Amino acid sequence: MYHIISIRDFERNDLDYLLDRAGEFDTGKYQPGMLDNKLVALLFFEPSTRTRMSFATAMARLGGKSISVDSVEASSIVKGETLADTIRVISSYVDAIVLRHPKEGAARLASEFSSVPVINAGDGAGQHPSQTLLDLYTIRQSMPVDGINVGLLGDLRYGRTAHSLALALSLYGVTLHTIAPKGLEMPASITLELRERGMEVIEHPNVEEAVKELDVLYVTRIQRERFPDSASYYNVASSYRITTDLLDGVNDHLMILHPLPRAGEIDPAVDCTPYARYFEQARNGVPVRMALLHEVMK
Amino acid sequence: MTRKDPSGGLIISPIKNGTVIDHITAGEALNVLRFLGITGSTRECLSIATNVESKRMGTKDIVKVENRELCTEEVDRIALLAPHAKINIIRDYKVVEKMGVEIPEILRGVVRCPNPGCITNTNEPVASAFEVLDKGLHCLYCDWLIKDNIANHII
Ligand SMILES: Nc1ncnc2c1ncn2[C@@H]1O[C@H](COP(=O)(O)OP(=O)(O)OP(=O)(O)O)[C@@H](O)[C@H]1O
Ligand SMILES: [Mg+2]
Ligand SMILES: [Zn+2]
Repeated sequence: MYHIISIRDFERNDLDYLLDRAGEFDTGKYQPGMLDNKLVALLFFEPSTRTRMSFATAMARLGGKSISVDSVEASSIVKGETLADTIRVISSYVDAIVLRHPKEGAARLASEFSSVPVINAGDGAGQHPSQTLLDLYTIRQSMPVDGINVGLLGDLRYGRTAHSLALALSLYGVTLHTIAPKGLEMPASITLELRERGMEVIEHPNVEEAVKELDVLYVTRIQRERFPDSASYYNVASSYRITTDLLDGVNDHLMILHPLPRAGEIDPAVDCTPYARYFEQARNGVPVRMALLHEVMK
Repeated sequence: MTRKDPSGGLIISPIKNGTVIDHITAGEALNVLRFLGITGSTRECLSIATNVESKRMGTKDIVKVENRELCTEEVDRIALLAPHAKINIIRDYKVVEKMGVEIPEILRGVVRCPNPGCITNTNEPVASAFEVLDKGLHCLYCDWLIKDNIANHII
């Protein structure tokens, strides 16, 4: 059975294959009824609009159906019940499970108790492989990923999308530039793992220093909760904000990505520059998730 | 009753049947027992000798467990604390089997994941599982890496 749990489980070939498939779904090279009669359970124990809707959209576009449980309903279903039991039961109803859960490793556990494939749609501060695939897909639409310079900006300590993207990029000979506020730097264990995988990781004290070298700037959310008070949050947030001024003299082909939703990290004035690619990125969630759903249920 | 044996080792009352774990890194005997899940509340009849002189190792610890033959999976855990340990299976007072310990690839249910957000720290029906790497123990669920003193994380 094919589960999609963590980007660490993927080799470069697997990623390329899935990205190629996503490209076919994107350009309409597929039969609309490919997942006719298939049913997926979207089990979301944590709120998410975008990820849940894009999985539902992807399933519908392939002719399949989804049943969906949101965070409020989910918490009442499982009053006192273990995730293991919930998964055992629900996997007997459907052909695949998409799971979002607040605990790290929840998707791995679910895959051990499920009789159908499990796709991880985010487990706490852990993994979110479909997001990483759509990030890669978006980059690959504009340029070959091999050997490019990618900047990761924002909360690199807790930001799971940044960790799994970095791990995936390490398979492509990418040079990684990290730019994070004090206290929100990439955990040493991840930086070590990236370097062991042969990746060059360069830490920068500020955006200005790094931005002109970059081919891709990946911005993540800096959350208010990470700071002791509003003043220190606003202070940090404003010094890491992407503005049109900052983009003076960058590479013409620079692409700015963001997993969305954004708070104040990117000035809306940046939206109308050619660098802003985050809405396109969000749209790519559908073909990428079509590829994943089809792959596990075909 | 203790006496010196001819080879210079220390024998604490010979056992009829059971397991002798010899050549334990000095000072690790109690952690070895915890790794095996043997605590004050279990029933095993134990003898423990710590910091005894050893020709090969300077000093070493020895643990003797009566009426219990440890299996390979159990003894391999010990390798993380005492890589030179020798397991002797005793039947009718004689050593009938002697084995070294090998560091296991995966360690299940022995140490607790230090990550409070890890699914293994909830009421789910799974044991912790760590991949044993050179740089430490890697949680197979949440990817946490235990680099420091493993004995501090024994369940
Ligand atoms: N019946 C027994 N009861 C308790 N301890 C025993 C018994 N028989 C052997 N031992 C102990 O088990 C260990 C291994 O015994 P063995 O006779 O193989 O000694 P050895 O030749 O010194 O082995 P090694 O090379 O492993 O040190 C020794 O520490 C010995 O004291
Ligand atoms: Mg000896
Ligand atoms: Zn863990």
